[in-house]
Amino acid sequence: VTIRLEPRLTTPRWLSPVLTLGAIVVALVISGAIIALVGGDPIASYLHILNASFGSVGVLSDTLVKATPLILTGLACALAFRMRLWNIGAEGQFLLGAWGASAVVLFPLVPVGTPGIILIPLMMIAGMVAGGLWGLIPGVLRARLGVNEIITTLMLNYIALFWIQFWVFGAWSESGFQQTRTFPTQAWLPRLSDVADAVPAVRGLPVHLGLIFGLVAAGLLWLFLERSRFGYEIRLIGDSPRAARYAGIDIGRRLVIVFAISGALAGLAGMSEVSGSVHRLQDHISPGYGFTAVIVAYLAKFRPGRVVVAAVLFGALILAGREIQPSGVPAMIQGIILFTLILSDVLVRYRIRIGRGGPAVAVPPPGATPPAVAVPPPGATQQGGG
Amino acid sequence: MDLGLIAAAGVATGTVLLFAAIGEIFAERAGVLNLGVEGMMLMGAVAGFSTTLSTGNPWLGLVAAMTVGGLLGLLHGIVTIHLRADQVVSGLALTFLGTGLARVLGEGLTNANVERLPALTIPLLADVPIAGPILFHNQSILVYVGFLLVPAAWFWIEKTRPGLHLRAVGESPAAADAQGIGVQRLRLIYVVVGGVLAGLAGATITIAVSPGWFGDQTVNGKGWIAIGLVIFARWNPIRAALGGYLFAAITPWILGLQGVQTILGAENPFLPGRSATFFLEMLPYLFVIAVVIVGSRSAARRRIGAPAALGIPYVRGERGH
Repeated sequence: VTIRLEPRLTTPRWLSPVLTLGAIVVALVISGAIIALVGGDPIASYLHILNASFGSVGVLSDTLVKATPLILTGLACALAFRMRLWNIGAEGQFLLGAWGASAVVLFPLVPVGTPGIILIPLMMIAGMVAGGLWGLIPGVLRARLGVNEIITTLMLNYIALFWIQFWVFGAWSESGFQQTRTFPTQAWLPRLSDVADAVPAVRGLPVHLGLIFGLVAAGLLWLFLERSRFGYEIRLIGDSPRAARYAGIDIGRRLVIVFAISGALAGLAGMSEVSGSVHRLQDHISPGYGFTAVIVAYLAKFRPGRVVVAAVLFGALILAGREIQPSGVPAMIQGIILFTLILSDVLVRYRIRIGRGGPAVAVPPPGATPPAVAVPPPGATQQGGG
Repeated sequence: MDLGLIAAAGVATGTVLLFAAIGEIFAERAGVLNLGVEGMMLMGAVAGFSTTLSTGNPWLGLVAAMTVGGLLGLLHGIVTIHLRADQVVSGLALTFLGTGLARVLGEGLTNANVERLPALTIPLLADVPIAGPILFHNQSILVYVGFLLVPAAWFWIEKTRPGLHLRAVGESPAAADAQGIGVQRLRLIYVVVGGVLAGLAGATITIAVSPGWFGDQTVNGKGWIAIGLVIFARWNPIRAALGGYLFAAITPWILGLQGVQTILGAENPFLPGRSATFFLEMLPYLFVIAVVIVGSRSAARRRIGAPAALGIPYVRGERGH
C-alpha cells in the first residue's frame, strides 16, 4: 500500500478556510485528550478560556490588550516569513523596543514634564529604532555572510533578555526590585477608560492606543505587500528566489530592509506594551509574545488582515491560559495548533491518494486526473495561496 | 576554582551537546533539516526523568527518552518527507509542541529526586596525568557512550557503504534514487535516529549529568546551540564533538567569574547582584553567534556547504526549487 500526494490542479475557494478551522478543532481535541490524560478536565478548561476571554465586555477588553502586542509581533513575523526569512527573534526585538521606549523616559532623553504629544511619538520612534536595529543584526549577517538567521535571531532573544535584566536590576531598578519606577502619565498611551467621564460605559476598560497602532500597521503592511513594487518583489523572492534573481532583484538588500522593518514592528509592540499597559519596564515583560507571533503569522497565512484575527484568538489563550493548570497547557495548545495547521496546509496543496503498488510518481495516472478541459493556466492555481 | 573539576563538568555537559549535534548531523546529511531539537530534547528529558521517577530504574528512563525522541523524529519525518511540508515550519512546530507538552507532563516534578545512571572511573586511564581525571574519573556512563559514538558516527558516515547511501540521499537524491536507494525511507530512518539521539541528549541532562527537572529551563537553549554547532562543525561529527566539549568547558568557566572577588587587583564587577553580571550571562549566546559566523564563513570559503539537498523534499521526476 502506498500513500501518494498529487498536487491539486484547482483549489476550491472554501477549502483553505475550512481546513484551517478543522485544524484548530483537531488541535483542541488532541490537546483536550492530553489534558484529560494528565488528570485535567478539558471541557472545563476550554469553557474557562472562552468565558475568561470573551465572556464580558471587561474581559474582552483584557483580551484585546493581550492581542495588541501579538498583532504587531505577528505582523513582524508575517512580513519576514512572506519572504521566507525566518525571523524567530520577534521576542528579542519586542524587548529592545520596550527598552528603547523606556530609555526616552528613564534616562531621560527629554526634559521631565515633556507633554505626551511629544513624548509618546519619541517613545514610538525609539522603540522602533531599537527593535529595528536588533532586527538588522541577523539581517546583515545573513545578507553579507550567509549566516543562518534562525540561530542568530534565537540567540539574540536570550541576549535581549539579559540586556533588559541588566537595566531593571541595575541602573533603572526601583529600590532593588526587578522593575523600573512607574512612568509619568505623560508617557502613558491613552486608554478607553480615560474618557469614562464622558462615556460611562467604558469605565475601567484598559484597551489602549496600541491597538490602533496594530490595526494601522496591518493596513499599511497590506498596502505595502499587495500594492507596492517592493512588496511584490518580496513576495516573488518568497515564492521563487530563483525567479527573483533572474529578474535582477538584489535579494540581499531586500532582506536587510525587511529584517529592519520586521524588527521595528516588533519594537513598536514592545513600546506599546510598556507605554500602554505595564507603564514601566520590568523583567518578564513578555509571556512569549514573540514566539506566539510565529504561530499567529502562520495561522494568518502571512496575510496582515488575518494576523489581527489570529492575534485576538491567541490573546485570549494567553489571557485565560494563565489560570489553567497545568501551566504548560497554553504553550502545548499553541504547538499542537501549529502542527495541525501544517498538515491542513498539506491537504490544501495536495490530494492524498492511498492505493496499492505503482511507483510514487508526481504525475497522476490518467484515470485520476480531473477532466482535461478544467486545467487552468498555471497562475490560477495560486488562488487562495499567495 | 579547580580547573580540573570544571573541565570534567564541561566534558559531561559537552556530552549533551554532542548527542544532540550528532543526531542533527545524521538528519541533515540525509537532507532533512530538523529545528525541533530543543523540543525533542525537552521531551526526552521529561520522559527519562518521570519514567525513572515512577519505576526507580534509570535504564528504563533512558529507553523511554530515546523512544519519545524517536517518535517525535518520526512525526517530523513523515510530515516533511512524505507530506512535503516545509522543514523549517515543521521543526519550529516540533519545538513549540515539545516545549509545551514537556511542561505539561513535567508539572509537579520540579522537586523530585531520581536514581541517576551509574558513574564510572576507568582504571589506569583515570591515572593519566591531566587528561585522566578530566575524562575518565567518575564520569557518567553516558559520557563514555559519547566518547564511542563520535568516532563511530564519523566512520559510519564517511567510510561505510550505508554511510555512502546516507550522503547520497542528502547530496543528490535523484542520483541515489537511480541507484535503487530508497530515498524517502532512508531519510526517514535518519530523522528518527536524530530524534533518538536528541531524546538521549535530554535524558543525559535529567538522569545523568545534572539530574532534576526545571521546566523548560532544563534544556535552556542547548538544542539550538547544538544546531549552531552543526553549522560550525561543517556537518562533521568529530568537529561537532570538539565544539561541544569546548563550549561546555568554556561556559562554566566564564560564569565562574561571578564567584571571584577580585580581578587583577580590582573589585570584580561581575559579582552576582552586580548588574554587570548579566553581560557574562550573555557571553555563551554571543559565542554561539560567533561560532556560527565562523562556521558559515569557513564553509563558504572551502566550498563545503550544507548537504546540497538539505531542506528540499524529494519527489521522483521533479526538480527542487
